[in-house]
Amino acid sequence: MPNTILAIGEVSQGSLRKVSIEAISEARRIADHIGGSLQVLILGENLDAAAAKAAEYGADTLILADDPRLALYLPDIWSGVAADVIQTNTPQYVLIGSTTTGRDLAACLSAMLDAPLAMDCVGSRWEGDTLVITRPMYGGKVLADVTLEGSPRIIVNRANFFPAVPKKTDASLIRYEGVIPESQLTIADVQREASARPELTEADIVVSGGRGMGGADFSVIEKLADLLGAAVGASRSAVDEGWRPVSDQVGQTGKVVSPNLYIACGISGAIQHFAGMQTSKVIVAINKDPEAPIFTKADYGVVGDLFEVVPAMIEQITRLKSAQ
Amino acid sequence: MNIVVLLKQVPSTDSHIEPGPNGASIKTADLKWVINPYDEFAVEEAIRVREAKGGTVTIVTIGEAKAVEAVRTALAMGADKAVLVQDPACAGMDGLGIAQVLAAVVSGLAPDLIIAGQRAVDDENWLVPAAVAHRLGMPCISLVIGQQIDGDQIECRRTIEGGIATIRAKLPVLITTQRGLNEPRYASLQGVMKAKKKPLNTLKLSDLGLTPKTAAVRVLAMKHPPMRTAGKKIAGSTPAEKAAELVRLLHEEAKAI
Repeated sequence: MPNTILAIGEVSQGSLRKVSIEAISEARRIADHIGGSLQVLILGENLDAAAAKAAEYGADTLILADDPRLALYLPDIWSGVAADVIQTNTPQYVLIGSTTTGRDLAACLSAMLDAPLAMDCVGSRWEGDTLVITRPMYGGKVLADVTLEGSPRIIVNRANFFPAVPKKTDASLIRYEGVIPESQLTIADVQREASARPELTEADIVVSGGRGMGGADFSVIEKLADLLGAAVGASRSAVDEGWRPVSDQVGQTGKVVSPNLYIACGISGAIQHFAGMQTSKVIVAINKDPEAPIFTKADYGVVGDLFEVVPAMIEQITRLKSAQ
Repeated sequence: MNIVVLLKQVPSTDSHIEPGPNGASIKTADLKWVINPYDEFAVEEAIRVREAKGGTVTIVTIGEAKAVEAVRTALAMGADKAVLVQDPACAGMDGLGIAQVLAAVVSGLAPDLIIAGQRAVDDENWLVPAAVAHRLGMPCISLVIGQQIDGDQIECRRTIEGGIATIRAKLPVLITTQRGLNEPRYASLQGVMKAKKKPLNTLKLSDLGLTPKTAAVRVLAMKHPPMRTAGKKIAGSTPAEKAAELVRLLHEEAKAI
């Protein structure tokens, strides 16, 4: 099929992920630019709600690989199914949201199909017929413009960079009937954290704590996070102290976040931490030390004890919310 | 147990990175070079597996002459031997090209277990380990925070979004590392002395029978992200006053809450 674009959607607890919706929107823009059609592939189990959501963002065709064997991500069988769909439909571009699963799947597909891959992209523009993609390197200290040669070109988009634009279409629905390969891996157990907070890399607001927290009790910033519907992050030193799990670490050797609002509490702002959050839209720093480097990069700086400032913020925001 | 570690030398994470004059790479003159932080976990885990199960730990890397320093550090930590592919043709390769070279070296080593960093903190591609595993026909388990080998079976705990999954597979397997897997050891003085005598084999692509794979990913230009500068210092004589002013500004000016 000429001029096909494929976006692969990922489902979390029954819903299409926000970063997947952003990938579908970017895929739609590429399809419109080249006069092509957009297919959306979703893998997993019980996908009808996610499929309906994908149809609101401009899919021409929805391909559902809906099977209990795909309920949990296993790299070999997911990439086997996705590669089959790609080989059948020969898309020019494949877009995938940058999540733990998305990055893993994209890497497998790149290897299987010998397809060029641009990971964690934060922007794109057309130069004539060439799509130039911007992606961070060196922990975001540098932005590189790259082009991909070959087919399909796999683009993995980082959350919160590509706008989600609703576009109602009458998507046709195809159920994947191809072979689901046997996996070389067996899932023995899955433990889920019972957290109502959004995923760190997708959250609109992130509240992070660092060495200034002084211990494992993060309740004051958790309370602020819950009030704002935010995710909780941590600096490397807070993780190294064992105060927070590794999965909370924001920085060059942790997660890179790009929220609308990043509130750094008791974080001095080492270059590695800054690399992980510098693309946040608004940065707030709360720190006792007026010389902390983070103040040189923060949009709003509060010199003060976070254990006094944050509770006062909670009170103010609660008042603000009840007035609305 | 034949264990292979895929290793890369990268600029240290506290480096200031400057795009170079050609715009497509960085200035390297004043950088401090280290083992990719995630590869340190790989070296440590490999040594622990060997200590428990016996066998050999082989470091495999691609790099320029200075990469020898990273290799010697890994040998000083306790790895047994190393292969360095040093060929100017490797400089222009993308992730798939690098994976082809690594796979060619590794396939000659017949490993039971390959351990690699989840990503290199320079190009941040997250691609090479999966591509090496694919070329070798091995399963790849990424982001491992704990592993246990029993006979020819491995059981790994890995992070998934919002939780932890336990995955089983039959060796040989490639696993990638995650912070929390272990605490990498420092090289002892004795280790440094011993490392000088450990075998280090330097190869060119022609020794592997490879012709360089043309890069399909091309870097056109590199630049710094927009500079961030200090914004407003929030005024107020008490924490409550400062908090009130901050919340007001976030609501009215930044419209962030």
